[in-house]
Amino acid sequence: MTIDELRLEIVKEENVVFKKTKNLVDTTLSYCPGCGHGVAHRLIMEVIEELDIQGEVIGIAPVGCSVVAYDFLDIDMQQAAHGRAPALATGIKRTMPEKYVFTYQGDGDFAAIGTAETIHACNRGENITIIFINNGIYGMTGGQMAPTTLEGMKSSTSPAGRNTMTEGFPLNITELLAHLEGTYYITRQAVHTPNLVRKCKTAIKKAFEYQKLNKGTTIVEIVSNCNSGWKMTPVESIKWLEENMLPVYKLGDIKVPKE
Amino acid sequence: MRLMKGNEAIAEAAIRCGVDAYFGYPITPQSEIIEYLAHENPYKRTGMVVLQAESETAAINMVYGAAGCGKKAMTSSSSPGISLKQEGISYLACAELPCLIVNVVRGGPGLGTIQPSQSDYFQAVKGGGHGDYHIIVLAPSSVQEQYDFVELSYDLAFKYRNPVMILSDGAMGQMMEKVFVSEQKPRSNEKLPWATTGKTKDRERHFITSLYLKTDVMEQKNIALQAKYGVIKDNEVRFEEIQTEDADYIIVAYGISARISMKVIELARAEGIKLGMLRPITLWPFPSKRLSELASKTKGMLAVEMSSGQMVEDVRLAVNGKVPVEHYGRMGGAVSSPLEVLDNFKSLLLKS
Repeated sequence: MTIDELRLEIVKEENVVFKKTKNLVDTTLSYCPGCGHGVAHRLIMEVIEELDIQGEVIGIAPVGCSVVAYDFLDIDMQQAAHGRAPALATGIKRTMPEKYVFTYQGDGDFAAIGTAETIHACNRGENITIIFINNGIYGMTGGQMAPTTLEGMKSSTSPAGRNTMTEGFPLNITELLAHLEGTYYITRQAVHTPNLVRKCKTAIKKAFEYQKLNKGTTIVEIVSNCNSGWKMTPVESIKWLEENMLPVYKLGDIKVPKE
Repeated sequence: MRLMKGNEAIAEAAIRCGVDAYFGYPITPQSEIIEYLAHENPYKRTGMVVLQAESETAAINMVYGAAGCGKKAMTSSSSPGISLKQEGISYLACAELPCLIVNVVRGGPGLGTIQPSQSDYFQAVKGGGHGDYHIIVLAPSSVQEQYDFVELSYDLAFKYRNPVMILSDGAMGQMMEKVFVSEQKPRSNEKLPWATTGKTKDRERHFITSLYLKTDVMEQKNIALQAKYGVIKDNEVRFEEIQTEDADYIIVAYGISARISMKVIELARAEGIKLGMLRPITLWPFPSKRLSELASKTKGMLAVEMSSGQMVEDVRLAVNGKVPVEHYGRMGGAVSSPLEVLDNFKSLLLKS
């Protein structure tokens, strides 16, 4: 008996209110318990399922915690060098303009090492979607300072807290990108409450749908927690996120299409 | 037939052999490649994409993206720009993506000079980026070969799923010669069995990666790569021999140095010195076996290259002490005259 058959025997189809997302691979996620990556992955795959574009989509995994995103997402994917995902996306979309192309990038990838690729892909108005996970820290390498690390926030490379006099200021990259003519839709979302999860999914869906208009780059920033990197329990990290991250990275649309 | 610059020949060949995309960043002495493409507007001719990237780093990663979809993608640059591409080339090699990288070499190190040089030999044939890998390296020594090697590069790149480099130089890129151009070929729309083109219901998902976190898996990946390189070494060595049948001495030279050495041979033979040449066409794989054979029936070899002596190391490895192997070449963009090479040949190999 397969797992699906067993599930059907335990749960009657008419009573099902929630199922494992179809386009997620049936494997264990490598993310720490409590981290927002899993929810973000699920939302992207739900959108791909609802838009029925599994055969039309090519994703790009970055360097960082989501480096092996292709292990979990049942779609064609490419793994990029650190920061270069928007360049790969450009190469893909320019040669296959009929496809949906998205990158999935963390703050270090998107806003530090890949800043040039980020800005120029957006400035060219590449018709791609960027899913940008901002948790203010380098998670994969063990909690070092990120471009988005908050003022005074401790990390393994800013043990006394980020000092803006020597380490600069938190980089609000999406608000910067909103000034570029090439960006079409930029929004900042979060996934730590059910209500926010629903809103985030709507935003991701819009971002993908807008690709077909060929009017420019669409970006969904997801402000998320990194309980391991922040050295907190998942519950503590959510509270910390609400009290510290959200006042700096305010949720909501940053750039919406002109009617 | 047309009269073309070496750089223009590469650009026209790319359009005519059905390249899907060119991504590049301007740098002397090869900017004519992207300028020619921009002027020709190949999107109208064949649908070929031409895009000026924000950097060489971005350009090579655009190549990666397009190559991962099974497209014929290329980039070109000159020495400092090629250094910037090395990260991407290492990733392309490990992800086994076919593509073409053109290096119109200028003098270095550093920002160096815009004059021709051959000082990127080590970088091209010994890896260049991090990790154990090789790319196939072709060395044209005429504008016709600049043209012909573009299609040859893609034949080899797709046959072995491996990056290929055309290692040219500032002289080859800038000089003009007549070129016989080929018929226009259509771009291929073939969906390759490994390419990321969108996961349809009839197949498993495809992913392109160079990441293998588990040691045993990464070791197997390396073993498989080395096995592939072994097959390439066995099957793809290319070279040209000029007057080697009766030669007492052999010049080994590629690119512009091979052209200069043609005259050196003529001058030497006029003086009764039996000089011949082996011109490697593939610098990797290197014609080691043939050089070893030639060493058994000659008295010495001279590697002529515009560097401090890079290829000469591979000649010495091939010859393995059978006969003396010397090097002559100038650096920093300086080009030797045939007489200068002949004089140095005499003092290095005929002194006894």
